[in-house]
Amino acid sequence: MPYLELADVSAAYGSKPVLAGVSLALERGEIASLIGPSGSGKSTLLRVLVGLLVPSSGEIRLDGRPVDLHQPASIRDLRNRFAIVFQQYNLFMNMTALRNVMIAPLKVKHWPREEVERDARRLLTQVGLGDKLNAYPDQLSGGQQQRVALARALALRPEVLLLDEVTSALDPELVTEVLDAIRLLAAEGMTMLVVSHEMGFVREVSSQVVFMADGRSIESGPPGQIFDDPQTQRARDFVAKIIRH
Amino acid sequence: MGRLLHEIATFATWYNLVFLLQAGGRTLMLSATGCICGFVLGFALAVLRHTVARALLPARVLGVVYVEMFRRIPFLVTLFLVFYAFQALGLDVPVFWIAVVSTCVIGTAYLSEVVRAGFAAVPRAEWDAAATMNFSLLQTLRYVVVPQSWQTITPPAFAFFLSFIKDSALASQIGVVELTYAGKVFSNRGLSPAIAFGSILLAYFVISYPLARFGARMEGRLAVSGTR
Repeated sequence: MPYLELADVSAAYGSKPVLAGVSLALERGEIASLIGPSGSGKSTLLRVLVGLLVPSSGEIRLDGRPVDLHQPASIRDLRNRFAIVFQQYNLFMNMTALRNVMIAPLKVKHWPREEVERDARRLLTQVGLGDKLNAYPDQLSGGQQQRVALARALALRPEVLLLDEVTSALDPELVTEVLDAIRLLAAEGMTMLVVSHEMGFVREVSSQVVFMADGRSIESGPPGQIFDDPQTQRARDFVAKIIRH
Repeated sequence: MGRLLHEIATFATWYNLVFLLQAGGRTLMLSATGCICGFVLGFALAVLRHTVARALLPARVLGVVYVEMFRRIPFLVTLFLVFYAFQALGLDVPVFWIAVVSTCVIGTAYLSEVVRAGFAAVPRAEWDAAATMNFSLLQTLRYVVVPQSWQTITPPAFAFFLSFIKDSALASQIGVVELTYAGKVFSNRGLSPAIAFGSILLAYFVISYPLARFGARMEGRLAVSGTR
């Protein structure tokens, strides 16, 4: 039984449908990547999984148990297990890097301060920011901010890490430092659901790739299948286009 | 000139001084309660409008109606509204307290919008980030939103406080003996307008100026420290 299972999930922003039937299954320790053209609903799907958008239909199962996102308790539970890193980092601008990482474990999880601080320092050092602990977000480059956001998500000790186009807002020379930090996590066996346009990276780290278009999951499989031998016309067109670049 | 000096001499009696101080005290009380009570309740109203619980929906709707209504009604009309509301309820309340209630009603409506605008100035992205980390609304406000909103809230809040001191003059219309009323009393006693309203002008200045200085200092401090 997969750890996370989505069956035919649909969602809308007001009257505008953005997801029109997404199905996928994710095992523990797996890294699944969502690829597809812009506007295909990849980021929206991640927002659904952290309770920022309530799906209109479909089923989400966690460890085999259905999750009802209309229940505040279910949303809380989901947010306890999943941590998301946003494309625009979404750091708290009034807090230092260290404080950004510590605040939720301290105030929401109520973990002991000493342990939280040790953890935060270790995580920030691990992403290469050991010398930026007391810097405010506006004193950091985009790549540095994104690594703080990564550390902040990890400090919550999530079961699954959701990465929403984490390198899209970065200057090309900063992309590598963020991807390297994620590679490290992948090597540690972190379960991840990744939305990315870095196809080389997706191919390298993913155990599963899900191709999405028009709010639907069209095809999924190992990266070898999706990139070299796609089974559907939509996926073939998309892959042909990105390979031409 | 000689006449003016003579008039000042007759004006500067113990009785007139006490009268002026009492009137000034009322103006100060009216403005202070309106601002403090208005800020506290206005803050609460701004928070209420950010709740999502379905059970609070009627309260939210009521809050919006309240704010939109009292921001559009002139202060004088609100005064009469409260005045007649108390009368209709058969409550015999001193006019001063009617004025106090009115200033709270108005202050709440205006300051809730000032606070709400301050909250809105914090990027949606930070609210989202806090939500996905299971911050409660109050935690989000306390740790993320309020520390970043002060900068946006302070200037219009102090502008409102200052204009409110002046607006409290309208309470004289329902018979509250505050500064403007005192000016009219002096004038009716045959004192020249220069003395009657000059003393009032000075009293308003004495009340407003320290507040204006304080506001400017707060803004200056916030500007230096930024959002931190």
